[in-house]
Amino acid sequence: MTLFQSINEFVVRFANTNGTGSASANNMFAKAIMRMGLPVSAKNIFPSNIQGMPTWFEVRISEKGFLGRRDGAPELVVAMNAQSIEEDIQSVQPGGFLLYDSSRILPQRLMRKEINFLGMPISDICRTEYSDPRQRQLFKNVIYVGALAALLDIDFQVLKDLVSDQFKGKDKLIRPNIYALELGFEFANKQFSCPLPICVERRDLIGDRILVDGNTASGLGAVYGGATVVGWYPITPSTSVIEKFASYCQRLRIDPANGQKNYAIVQAEDELSAIGIAMGGGWNGARAFTATSGPGISLMTEFLGLAYFAEIPLVLMNVQRAGPSTGMPTRTQQSDMLTCAYASHGDSKQILLIPSTPKECFDFSAQAFDLADRLQTPIIVMTDLDMGMNFHLSEPFGWDDKHEYDLGKVLDADDLEKASDFGRYLDVDGDGVCYRTLPGTHPNKGAFFTRGTSHNEYAAYTEKGEDYIKNMERLEHKFATGVKRLPAPEITINSKAKRVGLVYYGSTDEAIPEAVSLLSEQGVKVNTLRIRAFPFNPQVASFIREHDSVFVVEQNRDGQVKKLLCNELTIDPASMCAVLHYDGLAITGQFIAESVQTELSVQTDKAAG
Amino acid sequence: MSYIKPQFKHPRLQVNDLGLTHRDYEGALSTLCAGCGHDSITSAVAQACAELSLPPHKIAKLSGIGCSSKAPTYFLNNAHGFNTVHGRMPSVATGANMANRDLIYLGMSGDGDSASIGFGQFAHVVRRRLNMLYMVANNGVYGLTKGQLAATAEQGMKSKSGEASLFTDIDLCVSALQFGATFVARSFSGDKSQLVPLIKAAISHKGFAFIDIISPCVTFNNNPDSNRSYDYVHDHITTAAVADFVPVKQEIRCENGQSDSEDICLHDGSILRLSRIDADYDAHDRIKAMTKIEQHKAEGKILTGLMYIDPEADDYHEINGTSDAPLNSLKQETLCPGSHVLKTINESFR
Ligand SMILES: Cc1ncc(C[n+]2csc(CCOP(=O)(O)OP(=O)(O)O)c2C)c(N)n1
Ligand code: SF4
Ligand SMILES: [Mg+2]
Repeated sequence: MTLFQSINEFVVRFANTNGTGSASANNMFAKAIMRMGLPVSAKNIFPSNIQGMPTWFEVRISEKGFLGRRDGAPELVVAMNAQSIEEDIQSVQPGGFLLYDSSRILPQRLMRKEINFLGMPISDICRTEYSDPRQRQLFKNVIYVGALAALLDIDFQVLKDLVSDQFKGKDKLIRPNIYALELGFEFANKQFSCPLPICVERRDLIGDRILVDGNTASGLGAVYGGATVVGWYPITPSTSVIEKFASYCQRLRIDPANGQKNYAIVQAEDELSAIGIAMGGGWNGARAFTATSGPGISLMTEFLGLAYFAEIPLVLMNVQRAGPSTGMPTRTQQSDMLTCAYASHGDSKQILLIPSTPKECFDFSAQAFDLADRLQTPIIVMTDLDMGMNFHLSEPFGWDDKHEYDLGKVLDADDLEKASDFGRYLDVDGDGVCYRTLPGTHPNKGAFFTRGTSHNEYAAYTEKGEDYIKNMERLEHKFATGVKRLPAPEITINSKAKRVGLVYYGSTDEAIPEAVSLLSEQGVKVNTLRIRAFPFNPQVASFIREHDSVFVVEQNRDGQVKKLLCNELTIDPASMCAVLHYDGLAITGQFIAESVQTELSVQTDKAAG
Repeated sequence: MSYIKPQFKHPRLQVNDLGLTHRDYEGALSTLCAGCGHDSITSAVAQACAELSLPPHKIAKLSGIGCSSKAPTYFLNNAHGFNTVHGRMPSVATGANMANRDLIYLGMSGDGDSASIGFGQFAHVVRRRLNMLYMVANNGVYGLTKGQLAATAEQGMKSKSGEASLFTDIDLCVSALQFGATFVARSFSGDKSQLVPLIKAAISHKGFAFIDIISPCVTFNNNPDSNRSYDYVHDHITTAAVADFVPVKQEIRCENGQSDSEDICLHDGSILRLSRIDADYDAHDRIKAMTKIEQHKAEGKILTGLMYIDPEADDYHEINGTSDAPLNSLKQETLCPGSHVLKTINESFR
């Protein structure tokens, strides 16, 4: 039998059962790889179910730094779920390895000659070692991580340190966890020839980077951005944005003097209410946000129109999932782009920020509050399930202590005293952004009526056509001047010839280095542009114009951002190709490279023919 | 047609403790139909706020959509207002109140706004014990969309179009009691002497105060077959106790000694003086209040007045443990943990 060989370049897939506590063990494994100085990413593949269903956790180790999901079979599968074992055995790459619980003998029909079976009686070990059924279950996970350390040549000290860090403050748990790791480690060392032909070697490729999920980053960004008012309604995959915000607030936003909360979070009755709460908070001068996904966005659309038209700052984090409707609630997609860009009835438009890394989730989440206050309109931070719930290697979070919150144009009592004239919707500065006042500011100056009905410059109800048009045109102007404040695209020029350009956004970023490298191996040098905001920066149009072949890479069926580009930048749809991946799993570098390659050869054939 | 405000109502305008006159509590000229009950609510609110000597700018007035929801335009010109979307005022009021616990929140809604499209939001804002006064102008119809029956219309009730209500009605007072409101009253826009003290007491109450105000729609539901017409209401209205509001500044004795009356100390120190008419009346018994409402309805009578009060109630911020300083007043130094904390946080992801 052939043995697959690779150092520092392979995929390990863990097959577990939902609700058995495997997540923290798997996480520890991923972190151990990082502490070995190796680039790593980890993706959960889980069902919309709480207990008893199969889940997978896929860890990619790549010295080359290719951290997007990889097509093809994993080299090593850790099969801990009896329910999915048949499928898991099938999933191993020929020459690859299967670590499984051999406490029960595998039926002969499941054996495959082309893969290596590493049987370890984990349940039996746990039965002899532990009497408490919960411990028997939990330590199974730790034991296989110990075995992996031996099999893959992970420095055991790295794992010990991780355990100590993880249970800091709960020191009683450190010993038993290390003991369980040792059980696995010793067993593997004795029974198997360790290390395997696939294994890791220490490198120094991580620098100060961190391994974290996007939702944690977004939640933390909102703490740093000064958010105090939150309304939300639970929905996967956005829930953990709020949970993380809440847990960081617990830590960082309780007044030490009296235990009072410097924040307020309401779990609302639905998403209508969730965004209504954010709107009320924003109207009243607090930094307020909500987070949701798919169906929640549809419910929030009515309020988004009011916020656009009445010019209320608020932040909405949309962690996209596979739609339409309930779709595949635990799978990723970028399929709310059009809905959000043009959210609400009437002529309306929204500002989107599109982060690609946890660091950017943090930055954009914090920055969104400045932008919302500055531009007096909703800011929608568009991430997706892959970005939000999976672990990505990222630059560390950073905060500039010199940065002051931009609270925008808000008049206080002194300003009002001095002002000769106040009109809530008077464009005094010519940038389309008007001055607002907060309730309670001044006894007899600056009060106005906020309304979703048409209003004149003094916020009075009007049905006069010219007043309405003036206001609508100012809103357009406000967006036009606002674009300058939005994050500019990230452009990478690999070839001055500018033959092929890839336009992409969001979580797709993780797959791009591999795509670019694969194409380059084929002699195709591509330049890339990563969109980071909508409305589009003028550089996006230039990039598209300058390249002979432009590919817009997205994770949806309809090429939503390609449509947006055509529409907003008046580009001929035929002048760009769509590369679309939408089966619910994260896009891969191979998929992008192959799609581009295929299309280019068609173009060449056409040119030749 | 537009309702014309009497211009010279007070020849010598009285001033309140703040030196303000009733004029300072008025709003824009009403554009509702002449005789619309909602205009009487408007003037009752203005009067109550003036008599309470509330600084108008410390009030935030919020509404949904409907003729009733337009009413806040017509009172308290110096207060910020927010005409939100249909049925969604409760959530916006929640967010606003979360942001600044120091203002007084007046919510104005209609029976379409609260009992139909916004029934969910209504239920939950009550549950949350938001410190606000929530008023519904109950006319049994959708005025603004020209007279369709509202969910508050009793089964069989006919509006002007002759259309009869086919389904069970929703009684918002019973609902509010069930959802946990700590101040529940019903009144009639045509009876200012009852309505004004109730509004004053409701504003002084801490926590969620609800007043369902029967407010006839003269254009679509003032016909003889309707039980929301002025005539019908006049003929069928009863009250269990007369409420009088005694402000803080007056000398107060918390027990006035009469067995048919009771003084209830409100949160701000003012007194709600109840003179019982129905011997069986008990403003502190939530279950009895629900029963009473239903009994009166079964007898074809409309029970008004204060139904229930819990003067000790807490509000959302007490439950949440929010800082005393309004959240919208907190500065960056308090809110932003700064770069040094981020270093430790980064460390936890390595
Ligand atoms: C989402 C939505 N649906 C429908 C409407 C139309 N609409 C406006 S007001 C109203 C009913 C108002 O009835 P009510 O709240 O009882 O107020 P009234 O006019 O009777 O005072 C309706 C259905 C709307 N504005 N928004
Ligand atoms: S239609 Fe009815 S509710 Fe609306 S303003 Fe006229 S009388 Fe009032
Ligand atoms: Mg009505």
